[in-house]
Amino acid sequence: MPDSTAIAHGAHETGSNTHDEHPPYLRHHFESTEQQADAAGFAMWLFLLTEVMFFGGLFTAYLIYRNWYYPAFVSGSHQLNVVWGTLNTLVLIISSFTMAMGVWCAETGRRRGLVLSLSLTLILGLGFLGIKSIEYAEKIEKHHVPGFHYSLQSFLDPQSDRAVFSEYHDKPLMLDMARHTEVYFSLYFLMTGMHALHMIIGIGILGFMIFRARAGAYTSGHVTFVENFGLYWHFVDIIWIYLFALLYLISRH
Amino acid sequence: MSEQIELGEHQHHDEQDEDAHHIVGPGVYVIILIALLVGTALTVWASFIDLGPWNPVIALAIATTKATLVVLFFMHVKYSTKLTKLTVGAGIFTFLTLVSLTLADYISRAWGSW
Amino acid sequence: MSATIVSLPDQSTARIPKVNYLTKENGILSWLLTGDHKRIAILYLISLSFFFFIGGALAGLIRLELLTPQTDLMATDTYNKVFTMHGVIMIFFFLVPSVPATLGNFLIPLMIGAKDLALPKINLLSWYLYIAGGILAIYTMAAGGVDTGWTFTTPLSTHYVNTNVLTTGLAVFIAGFSSIFTGLNFIVTIHKMRCPGMTWFRLPLFVWAHYAASILMVLATPVVAIAIVLVALERTIGIGVFDPAKGGDPILFQHLFWFYSHPAVYIMILPGMGVISETISTFSRKRVFGYTAVAFSSVAIAVFGFFVWAHHMFIMGISNYAVLVFSLLTMLVAVPSAIKIFNWTFTLYKGSITFETPMLYTFGFMGLFTIGGLTGVFLGTSGTDIHLTETYFIVAHFHFVMVGGMLMAFLAGIHFWWPKMTGRMYPEKISQLAAVVTFIGFNFTFFPQFILGTLGMPRRYASYPPEFQVLNVFSTAGATILGVGYLLPVLYLTWSLKYGAIAGNNPWQATGLEWQVQSPPLTENFTRTPIMDHEAYDYEWLERQKEKEVTTSAG
Repeated sequence: MPDSTAIAHGAHETGSNTHDEHPPYLRHHFESTEQQADAAGFAMWLFLLTEVMFFGGLFTAYLIYRNWYYPAFVSGSHQLNVVWGTLNTLVLIISSFTMAMGVWCAETGRRRGLVLSLSLTLILGLGFLGIKSIEYAEKIEKHHVPGFHYSLQSFLDPQSDRAVFSEYHDKPLMLDMARHTEVYFSLYFLMTGMHALHMIIGIGILGFMIFRARAGAYTSGHVTFVENFGLYWHFVDIIWIYLFALLYLISRH
Repeated sequence: MSEQIELGEHQHHDEQDEDAHHIVGPGVYVIILIALLVGTALTVWASFIDLGPWNPVIALAIATTKATLVVLFFMHVKYSTKLTKLTVGAGIFTFLTLVSLTLADYISRAWGSW
Repeated sequence: MSATIVSLPDQSTARIPKVNYLTKENGILSWLLTGDHKRIAILYLISLSFFFFIGGALAGLIRLELLTPQTDLMATDTYNKVFTMHGVIMIFFFLVPSVPATLGNFLIPLMIGAKDLALPKINLLSWYLYIAGGILAIYTMAAGGVDTGWTFTTPLSTHYVNTNVLTTGLAVFIAGFSSIFTGLNFIVTIHKMRCPGMTWFRLPLFVWAHYAASILMVLATPVVAIAIVLVALERTIGIGVFDPAKGGDPILFQHLFWFYSHPAVYIMILPGMGVISETISTFSRKRVFGYTAVAFSSVAIAVFGFFVWAHHMFIMGISNYAVLVFSLLTMLVAVPSAIKIFNWTFTLYKGSITFETPMLYTFGFMGLFTIGGLTGVFLGTSGTDIHLTETYFIVAHFHFVMVGGMLMAFLAGIHFWWPKMTGRMYPEKISQLAAVVTFIGFNFTFFPQFILGTLGMPRRYASYPPEFQVLNVFSTAGATILGVGYLLPVLYLTWSLKYGAIAGNNPWQATGLEWQVQSPPLTENFTRTPIMDHEAYDYEWLERQKEKEVTTSAG
């Protein structure tokens, strides 16, 4: 993402009369603002390609091991709470919507609308992380974090885990297969953790953007940064849409 | 209703205005939001029904539909240049290459030797 | 008396332009905080050379140890660390960034008529990432090294070695992002910054080759990044993705690693091929034969590069059917590579060839790369691969491609564009000598290793049966000559910075846009945006330009 120099000055311009030819944010090596915005947007898309491939490695691993250790992945998946997962999906989809609205506000020069949209996006993002941490706490309590005193009890003796058993009536797994639930949880924590890391970075940038947007930085023509951040946020949303399906939904039977 | 007319217009201008910066309005965003919420409800509902091997298929199909909506409308790809569309295509293609060729090895291992 | 195309200005009156990118600003900070692609290229050139000589010194140690069958110079575990660090430094800190980060950075904006790369700050960031990764790699060496081999093979790297896998992994991870940002920057620049009239099929082939390599950098590098993250997490907190004891599969690491590292060899060689296209055209005074075919073969190499990675894994336990499919797919890559070699050869045909240093390196490249490429077919064929893999045959093969190919191309490019970068010529005679010495030294070093490999000498061991000694002595002797060949350019190129003849704008009478501006160029490259009105490699256009100049100056 290219940094935009001297955006803040744009805030004080009342009209675009004097700066029509050379707006202050036009970097010296570009011919026009369109070229600059085009280049930045394209760069953001290429960055998202690298992100796709980065998560791609994890998705590949998940598909392979689900194929190999199907019973373990089913039992592991039953430990996840679909209600929390659905709630989080809704939260994230709505945050994507508020982000899209933020981009629209920036494009049409609505400063207060932009600040409101970005703030809502930030709150929803924090809400997502809050729910995720409740889920993580539950896993830690049950010793389902791989590597740290990983416990097989829920899988060797499902009846001991009453809440889950009453819903799914899982049969006990053989010891060998039960041990492979650790692979499931490794991938669960890696994928959701990597996703959460992206959320945290996104929330940090959101805070910065709200700060700048209040001064009118993005509503005087130079909207590239908001648009590119929007792309990032929607990408994170898409990753979650797949994580929700793969981790929570497809192994319920 | 007005949103639909707007949508039609976008399509109409798509060829000529590819390079012009296109602003997508709230109307489209609201429709997509509703579609995404319905999709989420649908996929959760489908997961409670035992469809055997079709459960993952349906879940992934709905997820892909949702992702496509996000890419096309929230991320403006529908209104973007061919270059952006090609970029998205390249990402999907390489991702599928990684997954399919790797899985090809794992699946065919079970077939044993010649 | 050999023909020459060099045309230098009258040395008694010629001056280096007072205002240029080197003199515009002074002080170390003006370099460390620069956004100028040319200055960043110079920063890269200096740091890359530093890492090259560290990697080279390690190679020297390896060859010294292998002089005798016994392990007498160093302990076996030290030997493991030495060859690992040699591989890590040479691959991630020299070969991958070599041509793109120096010549590509310097030339792509000049060649397409742009003032700078699209994202100058990202460009500077990628240099800093490279340096950060490099410092970590050096720290790793100082802290005791790492002995997994540059491939970080699991479960060795996750469970069995107690050396600095984490810091090395982090170094590679950071350097990977440096590479991603360079590639991303190039793609955006080539798409969005071309000057008016510079259509895709008027681009120099150098730019096409970099475009193809950049695609690989952007799409393949993240996969090795995630693989390294997984190794690091497996080592630190014991997740079970590659751990067979927990049900993980070590071969999955190989898939993820080679999904990057096979395309990575094309990241390394494609920019070198771009250099060769430029030099071979200039020194044959002909348009590159089959321009379109060469341009598309670059892209084809990039695309096919994604389908062949498992040929590194034939003996690792992947399925027989996968071996069959990947072996067949591997043959596909040979086609675009051969297209390039044939087209370059046809470019020579009926050209008026001159033998300046860059051309000598170019001939070296073509011969050695062809041998390297053809022996690659042996290794891509699963039957012969099972016999030859993990022997010195494979070592010789990739050194022919990487050192004989890429390093020759790098040196060809450095000599070719040295007048443009510095405004001064390198001394011709001694550099021709260096090119010949490099070629001889290289063949002495690595050709015996093909024979050693077919005889069955395994790689990565400090000792070997005494009957292999004769060939190993040859190899070590050759490495000494090779070392001289690489040291010479450093000396005379440094010398030429002060004492070289003044080059003028276009010493080679080449056609690229970069040769139509002053040397060294201005910070903003062009005083006004150029308009491209002719095809690439159009020597008739160049003649007309010269006539115009003569008539205007006479009138």
